[in-house]
Parts: sequence; structure tokens; C-alpha cells
Amino acid sequence: MQLRTLVLALTALISPILSFGSAEAQDKSIVVASTTSTQDSGLFGHILPMFKAKTGIDVKVVAQGTGQALDTGRRGDADVVFVHAKEQEEKFVADGFGVKRFDVMYNDFIVVGPKADPANVKANKGIVAGLKAIYEKGAPFVSRGDKSGTHSAELALWKAAGLDPAAAKPAWYREIGQGMGAALNTASAMGGYVLADRGTWLSFKNKGDLEIVLEGDRRLFNQYGIILVNPAKHAHAKKELGQQFIDWVISAEGQGAIRSYQINGQQLFFPNAAVSG
Amino acid sequence: MRDTTSDLPISLDTVTVRCGAVSILHDVTLEIAGGPPTVLLGPNGSGKSTLIKLGMRLISPSAGRITFGGRSSPGPTRSAIVFQKPIMLRRTAAANIAFALSAAGREPDAATISHLLSQVGLAALADRPARRLSGGEQQRLALARALARAPEVLFLDEPTASLDPAATKGVEDIIARTACEGVKIVMATHDLGQAKRLAGDVVFLAGGRVVERGASPQFFMSPSTDAARRFLAGDLVL
Amino acid sequence: MSAVNARDGCQLNATDAVQLIWSGDANLFAIVRLSLAVTLAATVLAAVLGMPLGAFAALVRFPGRELLVVVLNAFMGLPPVVVGLVVFLMLSRAGPLGELGLLFTPTAMVVAQTVLITPIVAALTRQVIEDLWAEYREEFQAMQVGPLARVRALLWDARFSLVTILLAGFGRAAAEVGAVIIVGGNIDGFTRVMTTTIALETSKGNLALAVGLGLILITLVVTVNALAWSVRRWSEKHAA
Repeated sequence: MQLRTLVLALTALISPILSFGSAEAQDKSIVVASTTSTQDSGLFGHILPMFKAKTGIDVKVVAQGTGQALDTGRRGDADVVFVHAKEQEEKFVADGFGVKRFDVMYNDFIVVGPKADPANVKANKGIVAGLKAIYEKGAPFVSRGDKSGTHSAELALWKAAGLDPAAAKPAWYREIGQGMGAALNTASAMGGYVLADRGTWLSFKNKGDLEIVLEGDRRLFNQYGIILVNPAKHAHAKKELGQQFIDWVISAEGQGAIRSYQINGQQLFFPNAAVSG
Repeated sequence: MRDTTSDLPISLDTVTVRCGAVSILHDVTLEIAGGPPTVLLGPNGSGKSTLIKLGMRLISPSAGRITFGGRSSPGPTRSAIVFQKPIMLRRTAAANIAFALSAAGREPDAATISHLLSQVGLAALADRPARRLSGGEQQRLALARALARAPEVLFLDEPTASLDPAATKGVEDIIARTACEGVKIVMATHDLGQAKRLAGDVVFLAGGRVVERGASPQFFMSPSTDAARRFLAGDLVL
Repeated sequence: MSAVNARDGCQLNATDAVQLIWSGDANLFAIVRLSLAVTLAATVLAAVLGMPLGAFAALVRFPGRELLVVVLNAFMGLPPVVVGLVVFLMLSRAGPLGELGLLFTPTAMVVAQTVLITPIVAALTRQVIEDLWAEYREEFQAMQVGPLARVRALLWDARFSLVTILLAGFGRAAAEVGAVIIVGGNIDGFTRVMTTTIALETSKGNLALAVGLGLILITLVVTVNALAWSVRRWSEKHAA
């Protein structure tokens, strides 16, 4: 008798899992591969309930690095890809994995560092000068090192300054191979500099001794794009539901939802989808 | 359908048992027939346990033949054994008996179990975890497990070697009673007193050979071989 | 919107975590429930697959048996993240089992954790049964116990050790994050479990909340073990 009660209790606990497999097909849901920085900023928690209320579609966000997110789209494990690495996105479409790329929103990158600012980055006006200052001083710098959108942007900025620490690998250049939150944690713990997107920075809860030391350079512009995974390559991809999501995100309503996401009264993302369809 | 073939007599014909290069039993020719208890007597290492294991067909001869009730196969079907250090299952005493009954193809019902437990004086300890019984109690439970098979032949390998005198008496009483009920007892022991108390006939072993065989009072009073004489006198027989 | 996700600017701390439990925060409750369901399901599957395998390896002599034992023992130390990666490649649409569409679902998480802990269950069961068989062998031979009855008797008599083995498997699965995060995708409200939530909150800088959640996870595991212990005490008193 003891055994029966145990079995019944276990079944009750486990049944939600067992029902998931079969309910999949009937569910109105899509999988969106996006980036950790977008997730960590809390944007999805804000806009997705609005989309669900309007269409009844469940959006399941898998947050990975940009490289991994695009790979997920290539494999057909997601229906929509929503990342911020324009060159890689355009290649994704050109290679036939995506249908069409749409601009969605932008935010900017900033450089954060310790209040004491050992490399005196604050004295510099542009990102190139700031990076040079860090390089010359040999101040600790945390790199994402994970082929993400932020990482790609960081490498491009070093290149613009005529420097290549990723190749030279000096001791002060710390590649951690993890997401934005982990990079900020690491920078906070070691008193180092890091390139971050403003969205993640604003919602980050462990700022410690870090503060913004450089911002506003036009080179720090960070564009987000959204792409439908090509159903020609992956027949099962949920193309209608996925398209509905994309249409909503670039519509006035979706753009308004993005605009309305704020932390401490500050807007994180700036919608800039093209007006014409 | 109960098996009615007999395992007796157990007949060994020039049996040798080797373990690697060492011979444990040499050229043993012996017949064990029904009747009063047969005691295998001899010092440690004389081959008594090996002979018992042959009788239960737990091992096979390296040379020679052994037959049970005139047949060489299948082996004994109506025999049971109590080892010197019996292993108790991790269950209650009653559950141990139930297991033995099932293994013997008998119905493990409560009546049979409690009857067997009473036969060995363990009725009060039926629900005690068997591993928590004392040495003597475990030996008696092992006896009950063997009796659960309703055996024709009961082998016992030094059943009281590790027990105190009181426990020894308890076990010997059960053995004697079982013998009276018609079960053939084949028991190995190096205890002279025990042999004298229980034997109907004695097989004296030394160094892996059968040195002498005789009916009980005669063997003890006037052994015919020198080795037996020395053993009975208390000398170490190599 | 769940309280777990946002509270503008100010840092959530460990007492907030406890308060969330106390107030029965629905989101946190769903995460805890999913964690338990995934790990329990994986433990049950690992028992069904691993115990007979272990018993078989203990009792039957077959060519390649030694190799199987070495492999099982070695796989006890499979890195969760590697298991996650391999299961991911199998279940991905681009992979051999892609048709099943299981990636990024709780079922995939159960599969990954089952793969992770079955070797532990099998290897330890093999050891326990082999040791017990060495002890029981002669008696079973003498009692002429048939092969099926033999296996049943050994598994039953080893029951306390087997429960401990299952608890070890459960603990390993409950503690891991590498496998479930890759095959589950840590999707909010769908495949997010305790360990992946802790990882996420850490990356958001909510360190104190992460610690609080960690304490809750440990409490859960301790509770499961305490339950198993009391079942054992109960059955020892009423020994079968």
C-alpha cells in the first residue's frame, strides 16, 4: 500500500513533463533564438506578455551568444533569430538560412570601469582614444571572448584603434568566454574595464565599484535585427507564427512596447524598424 | 508432483578432487547408504568439507565417478546442507524460511513456516531480522531452512564449530530428532565427543584419504588403524 | 510578471528569496516543481535502465564484461556539459533524432539527465550485487535457486544500498546545470529549473538572490534524503 501511494505521488509530480511532448504540436508557440544580453536586460519579460495577450502565441526565448543563436537557427532548432551582429545576420540570410532581415531597435555600447579609473579613460573623448589608453596602461580588460555580437563589436573597435590584443594575448586582456552578466561580474571583481551594452548595464545588480567611463561615440552604436528561419531549409519551422511575431515586433505596437521598457526612468532600447514594410 | 527418486546411496568410485596442483581428496571409494547418521571424522584439512560438497554436488570430481541413488545425473534432488558459517538473508527469520520453501518448490504458507520454526525452537523470533540472531540461533535457522526442503539426506558441515556448549546442545538435539524422523544425516566434525554422541557409523579421514570406516561404538572402542588410534588418543594426525 | 525577474535597481537578497517561497510566488513554485519533476523522472528512468544492467553485469559472464564494467565505472564521471552537448546534437533538428522535435523541452532535459546518471546507477548496482552474490553464492547453489529468483532475491536484499544509489543519482542530477541548460535552453516559464535560474540570476548580478535560491535547492535535496531515510527506518521496524 505504501508503494502505491508513492507511485501515485511520483506520477502526479512527473506528469507535467510527460504531457509536454504531445502538447507541443497543438500549442501556439515559437522558439526564438536570441542573445544573453537581450535576455539579461529584461526586455523580453516586458514585451512578450503583450504579444501573448494580443495573439495568444507563446514565445519561448532561448538565450545564447549571437554565434550560438545563429547556429541554432541554421540547425532549424529555432523559428526566429533575434540578435545584434549585422554582418553575421546578413551572411545568415545570404547563405539561405533566413528569409529576410529587419532592423528592430538599437542601443549603444559603453565602457565601464572602476571608479578609480587607473587608465584615465574618462579623460578621453572617443572610444579609439579610450582603448588606446587602456592598452598603453595595461589595465585589466575583460573580453566576452564568445563570438557574440558584443564580442564582434569589441574586436572591431580594437581594430579601429589599430590594436589587436586578441591575437597578442597580453596578460591584462582577460577573455572569459561567457555572457555579458558574467563579464560584468568579473570586471567588478577584478577592478577591470569591459565593453558592455547599455541595456544589460542598466539592469545589472552587482555594479560594485564599476561606473560608466566612456559613452556616446557614434562607433558604439549597436543594432538589433530579426530574421525568420527559412522554411525552405527547415520544413517544420513555424513560419506563420514566426512571421506574426516579426510583424508585431516591427509594427508600431511592438516598437512602442520596446520604447516603453525602462529601468529607473531610463529607456534601454531605441526602436528603429523601417517604416515601410 | 513430488519427486520420489532417491539420492541414496551416494557412491564414490576412486574419486580425486584437485585444486590446482594440490589434491584435496585422493582415490576415495565410499558408499553412504540410508540409516543412522554417518559422521565424517578427522582433523582440519582432511577433506571432510570437500566430501560433503561432493555429496551435494556443489563441486565435481577431478577424477573418478560419483552416483546418487544409482544415477550420475541429475545430481541430488532431495538433499539439503547446513554450512559451517551459514549466510542469513537480509530479512526476518520467517522470510528466510519462506525463501527456502519457495526455492524447494513448496508453498511458503504461514502454517509450514511456523511449524519449521517451532521444530528448531525459533518460533518466538519469527519476525526478528535474521542477521540480528545469535550464532546458535542462526545455525538453528539454517537447519530450519534445510529442513524446509523436506530432504532425504541432510548434510552438515561442522555445524557447531563456532558455538558455545549450550547452543551446541540445542543444535545436536535437533539433529538427533531429525535422524529419528528418518532423515539420513551426513555430518562432518572434528569434535570427538560430538561424533560419539551422534554417530551411527564413522568415516575417518586424514590427509584426503578414507583411512578407516566402522560402526559407531566399535570404532571408538577399538579402531583398527594406527592413524585412527592416534587421533582418538588426542595426537595431531598429519 | 514575476517577482523573480525584476525589481528596478535595488538588489534582491536572500530573505527576499525566502519570502518568495513563503508567499507562494507562482513562478518560483513552477521552477521548483519542474526541477523536481525532471530530476525524479530521470532518476526513475535511470533505475529502470541501470539496475537491471548492473545486476546483469554482476551475475552473467559474457565476452566484453570486463570492458563494460570499466566503461560504466568511468562514465560515472561524465561531465554534465558534455552529456548536454551530445544529447543536444542528437535531438537538434539537424541531428539524427530531430524529427522528434524534443529540443528545448523538459523531455529533452529528462533524457539528458537520464544519460548522465544511468552509468552511476548501473556501476554502483553492479558492485553491490556482485558483493552480495559472492556472499550468497554457495547458499543459493545449495538451495538450487533458479536464475530469476536469484536476481529478485539479490535486488531485494540489497534494497537499502540500492535506495542509497538512487539518492546519489538524484543528487547528481539535481545539482547539475551544464546538461539541462544546453538541451533545455533555460526558457522562462518552460524549461527553467533551480540550477539554471541560479546561473541566470548570477549573470544578472543578483548574487544574493542566487545564493538564496541555492539554499532552497539544498533544502529540497536534504528533504528528499530525509524522506528516504524515514522510509528506511519505517521499513526496518516492520521488516519484510
